[in-house]
Amino acid sequence: MKRKSRFLVTMLCFGFAFFYVPILSMIVFSFNNARLATVWGGFSTKWYGKLFENDQVINAAILSLKIALLSATIATILGTMAGLALARFKSFRGRTLFSGLVTAPLIMPEVITGISSLIFFIMLAEWVGWPAQRGFATVTLAHITFSMVFVTTIVHSRLSEADVAVEEAAMDLGSRPWQVMKDVTLPIISPAILSGWLLAFTISLDDVVITSFTTGPGNTTLPLLIWSKVKLGVTPDINALATITVSVVGVGVIIAGFLMNAAERRKERDAQLAYQSNL
Amino acid sequence: MTEVSGNGAQPASDPGHHGAFARWFNRRGWADLTIATPYVWLVIFFLVPFLIVVAMSVATRTPTSPPFSFGGEHPLINTATYDRLFSDSLYIRAFLTSIRNAAFATLLCLLIGYPMALGLTRVSKSWRNILLMLVILPFWTSFLLRVYAWMGLMGNNSWFNKLLTAGYNMMMPEEWAIRSIQMMNTNFAVVLVTVYSYLPFMILPLYANLEKLDLTLNEAAEDLGSRPFRVFLDVTLPLSVPGIIAGGLLVFIPASGELIIPGLVGNPSQPMIGRVIQDEFASARDWPMASAVAVGLLLLLVVPMMLYSHFEAKAHEKRAMEP
Amino acid sequence: MKGETAEMLAAASSGTPEAAPGQARPFIRIEGVTKRFGTFTAVSSVTLDIRKGEIFALLGGSGCGKTTLLRMLAGFETPTEGRIFIDGQDMTGVPAYERPVHMMFQSYALFPHMTVEKNIAYGLKHEKMTEAQRKDRVREMLDLVQLTQFSHRKPHQISGGQRQRVALARALARQPKLLLLDEPLAALDKKLREHTQFELMDIQHKTGTTFIVVTHDQEEAMILSNRIAVMDKGEVRQVGSPTEIYEYPNSKFVAGFIGSITFFDGKVASVSGDQAMVDVPDLGTTVTARAIAGIAPGQPITLALRPEKIAISRTRPDGVNAFEGTVDDLGYFGKDSLYKVKLASGKVLSVLSVNARRAGENERVADWEDRVWLGFDPGAAILLAQ
Repeated sequence: MKRKSRFLVTMLCFGFAFFYVPILSMIVFSFNNARLATVWGGFSTKWYGKLFENDQVINAAILSLKIALLSATIATILGTMAGLALARFKSFRGRTLFSGLVTAPLIMPEVITGISSLIFFIMLAEWVGWPAQRGFATVTLAHITFSMVFVTTIVHSRLSEADVAVEEAAMDLGSRPWQVMKDVTLPIISPAILSGWLLAFTISLDDVVITSFTTGPGNTTLPLLIWSKVKLGVTPDINALATITVSVVGVGVIIAGFLMNAAERRKERDAQLAYQSNL
Repeated sequence: MTEVSGNGAQPASDPGHHGAFARWFNRRGWADLTIATPYVWLVIFFLVPFLIVVAMSVATRTPTSPPFSFGGEHPLINTATYDRLFSDSLYIRAFLTSIRNAAFATLLCLLIGYPMALGLTRVSKSWRNILLMLVILPFWTSFLLRVYAWMGLMGNNSWFNKLLTAGYNMMMPEEWAIRSIQMMNTNFAVVLVTVYSYLPFMILPLYANLEKLDLTLNEAAEDLGSRPFRVFLDVTLPLSVPGIIAGGLLVFIPASGELIIPGLVGNPSQPMIGRVIQDEFASARDWPMASAVAVGLLLLLVVPMMLYSHFEAKAHEKRAMEP
Repeated sequence: MKGETAEMLAAASSGTPEAAPGQARPFIRIEGVTKRFGTFTAVSSVTLDIRKGEIFALLGGSGCGKTTLLRMLAGFETPTEGRIFIDGQDMTGVPAYERPVHMMFQSYALFPHMTVEKNIAYGLKHEKMTEAQRKDRVREMLDLVQLTQFSHRKPHQISGGQRQRVALARALARQPKLLLLDEPLAALDKKLREHTQFELMDIQHKTGTTFIVVTHDQEEAMILSNRIAVMDKGEVRQVGSPTEIYEYPNSKFVAGFIGSITFFDGKVASVSGDQAMVDVPDLGTTVTARAIAGIAPGQPITLALRPEKIAISRTRPDGVNAFEGTVDDLGYFGKDSLYKVKLASGKVLSVLSVNARRAGENERVADWEDRVWLGFDPGAAILLAQ
């Protein structure tokens, strides 16, 4: 039985107000005509104009997207491999170290990951002459490294839930292990791979600390640009940028939610039909 | 470099008409590659950099570029950096500030997040999916923008600050009236924004844990004479300890190493540890010290966590072994 | 058998299937209780009286409302209409934690983070008793369910049968006026069930607590309980002792729900005293059966025959009711054999015959395709008004 506790409902309301009042405030003030974010100076869209009056934001956004697309894709490949290795190859030399290596970046404070990557790249340049300049390549490498372990976690947990008997059945029917992996295992974990890619993409797109350590001159990602602006204080064009971000993400999430809901309902209906035809 | 057993094992004869590479690949190469590729990657880009930092913390600082050296006329392992780390009050204060802010933020996240997670398990299924999405949604928007949203609210001239000030002035006697509440550039601001940024990390593991709990246990406790709050204390709370610990670690660890939040809304005269690492590295060009501070932070955070997960795994094993 | 059976049988044979008269105020009274969830009616105006110290079973298929009724007794659900009295006290508005009623859950609902001992002691912390008394009571309960040596184990460290006993001990520790058992044996394997069944009855006898058992298993209900209420679609169809329910069902539903049975459509030919002659086209003859109240010649009626009540033989039996058929199929179960006999009308009748003699392969009463005679005693057939 579910009892409605007034306390819990109050806390939920308070919690969601806490989540959304700052965001709503940002959206409202992005349409404020006044310079100060304190008083309402009438409706205006001038901050949106100001945001795009030079290429800075666009360029930064494009760089961020490029890095995120590339790093998420490579991270997904590497992370899936690591997840498969952990879930399906129970004993290989150095397994303990390996499982340590895929969990450590998850719990490592970003500052430490950032500074160790930076020192590594400096030393590497010292030893082998590459990278002469830090920028796109070094940021991408760093992003791959710390986002691949998130993919690994998702794929690994999906594989641990999956029924090994399906793979054994494929093997029993004459498939070689590699074919089993290709024909059975990978399709089973494809939703996990997709959500892993999405997570890696968002992590890369949103990262400030590691990027700030591993980037070089002229390579400003969107978060770095926002950071440099925000450090100087509250500027209304950031409100406009935030409103755009929230709208894009919100619309995306709503569409994804609808699609997922529809798929869920279809699944339920199919199950219902199957059940009825069984009676 | 790796050896595969289990389902990676294959009969040696493979009568295929493929080339040598294909034969090798089909037999066991694919398995070796699956393990080796991410393994080598993580060793090069994670383990080696980390080991360099550890080594750096016992190196000697020099005015060269890069500004350190190993060995030479100096001792191979130079502990001078660590001596300074433990004696200079700057570092100790930074550690204490970090731990305190992170601890307060974790506690607040728990106090707000626990009832929210519990509330989520008690609403109807359709509502639950919508509300869960609303919990995750802020996480998908930019972290920096979320921090920035609070900068807008906390400023001395913001509507939020004015609202709070008016409320305060209404409750307090007139001679204590104030013009605004100083929120920006305080530890309070750091804690508040940290809670705001990391609250989903507390709610989600707690929700996952609470959702799995068997509600008939609550009914059983009630049936045996316990009032609802007592049922919560006796059944729900103890059974949600794993969720509390998971959520707590997910908040506490990043919060204590946090660099951006204290940088934007914190008190500049009370730096947190992330800021100290950055300053030592960039401004002071004292790489050994930056590394030593990083190692110190790691020992402080990761070792207790490793111990916890080690014992948790042991306990889990023990449970599985028992009849 | 139980002490009340004779009295119940008497009541039943006199044609009154209601509870025996002359009983004092009922211990538990369920008065016109209805429970609706939205538009769905789970329990529909149920009235039941349950006596002190009896084991009462609520029997029915899934979705018949038995569990909802149990949860209303426990206080987890509130009746939409009607009232529940326990020991004369109106339970309306009394929350679960204040009711003198404890429940043994189907899943047992043992607290996984507490030892066996702590589980049993859990309810006692709300009792006004000293620490020593509490310890004594726990020891007593552990003793009752024979789990003393497991007192420091956690629920996941003991077997299913032991868990069931912990759940029982926990529910009994506070000495409730009424114990509710939700499918108490469903989670146990077959062998353990039989043992536990008798153990439950033994414990009930020792403690004298009133038990209400919810079950979907008719055998479980028959063995455990003094009285059974058969439920269907939220309504109580019949209340009575196991014998009464089995031998004197009041409807096709109850007759069909308990045990196996074959129904025949017929028409009353004549009634004389307690005997009725019934024309049954499918049997191809007129049979004699014990009359039920309120039937008259010409009235359509249902004749129901249970497999074990029919005698099978190669030659025509002596009794009044005899008819022929062909063995269509047979199953040998060791202690008895089941014959599917096809009648002239094409209808197939199940007949259960005890294998009292040790017979060889070729000495069976009948074999496939054999012509056989069937017969039954007039008292063995069940007549049901349509």
